[in-house]
Amino acid sequence: MSDLRDLYQEVILDHGKRPRNFRHPADANREAKGDNPLCGDKVTIYLKLSPDHRIEDVAFQGRGCAISTASASLMTEILKGKTEEEAKALFGALHHMCTQEDAAPELPPALEHEFDRLQVLSGVRQYPMRVKCATLAWHTMKAALEGAEKASTE
Amino acid sequence: MSTAATRKPAPLLRNAYDVAAIRRDFPILATKVHGKPLVFLDSGASAQKPRQVIDAVREVYERGYANIHRGVYQLSQHATERFEAVRGKIARFLNAGSAEEIVFTRNATEAINLVAQSYGRTFFEKGDEVVVSEMEHHANIVPWQMLAQQIGIKVAVAPIDDAGELIMDKFAALLGPRTKLVAITHCSNVLGTVTPASEIARLAHAKGIPVLFDGSQAVVHEKVDLRALDADFYVFTGHKLYGPSGTGVLYGKKALLKKMPPYQGGGDMIAHVSFAGTTFREPPHRFEAGTPAIAEVIGLGAAIDYVEGVGRERIAEWEHQLRDYATARLSAIPGLTIYGRAKNKAAIISFTLDCAHAHDIGTILDEEGVAIRAGHHCAEPLMDRLNVPATARASFAMYNTMEEADALVRALEKVREMFA
Repeated sequence: MSDLRDLYQEVILDHGKRPRNFRHPADANREAKGDNPLCGDKVTIYLKLSPDHRIEDVAFQGRGCAISTASASLMTEILKGKTEEEAKALFGALHHMCTQEDAAPELPPALEHEFDRLQVLSGVRQYPMRVKCATLAWHTMKAALEGAEKASTE
Repeated sequence: MSTAATRKPAPLLRNAYDVAAIRRDFPILATKVHGKPLVFLDSGASAQKPRQVIDAVREVYERGYANIHRGVYQLSQHATERFEAVRGKIARFLNAGSAEEIVFTRNATEAINLVAQSYGRTFFEKGDEVVVSEMEHHANIVPWQMLAQQIGIKVAVAPIDDAGELIMDKFAALLGPRTKLVAITHCSNVLGTVTPASEIARLAHAKGIPVLFDGSQAVVHEKVDLRALDADFYVFTGHKLYGPSGTGVLYGKKALLKKMPPYQGGGDMIAHVSFAGTTFREPPHRFEAGTPAIAEVIGLGAAIDYVEGVGRERIAEWEHQLRDYATARLSAIPGLTIYGRAKNKAAIISFTLDCAHAHDIGTILDEEGVAIRAGHHCAEPLMDRLNVPATARASFAMYNTMEEADALVRALEKVREMFA
């Protein structure tokens, strides 16, 4: 049960039940749809990107498990105000944390604090089938930044 | 000869259904998961194997293995005889007309692809239609969609009602002058619905349309009589029938198989090969290019012996008790919705919980030792019809018990403690 409590920490359960920024902003200028074909999770990420590539607003809609919903919800809270480069760096660190045993590559100090909030997702490392749940929203966010319309975890 | 392959199931079941004795024949059921006894409720995806099957496969490799249809030496002859004997066994098991109507494939998926690419590609034309149902497995959708792309046929979809039953008058209305085949599941892998196969065949045949049934789930849960059904094609997979993976069966009426061209080319399916031209063997060998899954097919024979030793009617009766008990207990869980309420239903129960996604359910149940399927079950169009992204599915087999249904319910209560 200890592994399970690592996976489903209170923060995950809370964000899974009451996702933040679960909306479609009218002024979003980037969006991408992501799906996890294996389990049928679907997410749409909306971004409002400023001319200097800063994320002014980020929101999501879709349906998925507690892990994927919580990951998307946490992501929207963390990425607001970040630059495109910072968002990609955080995704890189998250992906590393979910899939590798060793410590993630160092982030700039300003991002370390934000990244700490994502540690609640590290429990998926013990559940290889669930890594895609934790990273789906982030893959989709990256696709939206890069102007792609679709992202898939496959 | 008292080899493993000929060993009979343990002498049981003179009176009561002795599930404990059956369980002892399945070694994996004694294992633990996360320190808890394994409660295996995912036999609809693939069933566990009895010792008799495991022993048969091992015995082939230890004492009777050689390639078949080739060697003049005794070992090869024996392997060939044992392999071919399974063809006859399957013909009897399904009450087919003869062993020549049984084609071995890798699985049910390959069997359907064989029919699509050999029969369909030869006899269908642009604008012709294949009628499937809304509750098909992807294996009975995608091969027809590929054929649609290749030669321009259309795939017509017969709808189901909210209970998960085929709407028969709508199905009948789809049968038109361009319908060239009805390809429908005999038992839904998600809803458990057993379709009225005889009635489907009767309606189609009245218009001269042949029928293919996907029997992957049905052969496991009930006695299938192909001649009574009057099926033109019938497919199933060995691994759901307690046999080894890599074994599948296509049944085709002899007259149909005879006029079908080969599906794949290679060794074993030819009569003569020259660079000027090649002639093909008669069915069923025409459709079996290359070395097949020899030991596995012999293992499938042992699985059929096992199932017949227990008795298909008795298995069906036990599974119906499990279905009714599990359905009643699951229905009492707040926020739980069961999908599929067909009158004629196998022991396959798909459900959702309002507080937790199917994947979260699957992970927490696993921690309790309970193995279920979570996801779209290779039936995405059906998930769309049910308007759910995914369901959890408990599928019961001959070796499951009422206590295991209780363990499922207890584990679901833990899910509710965490998420509700």
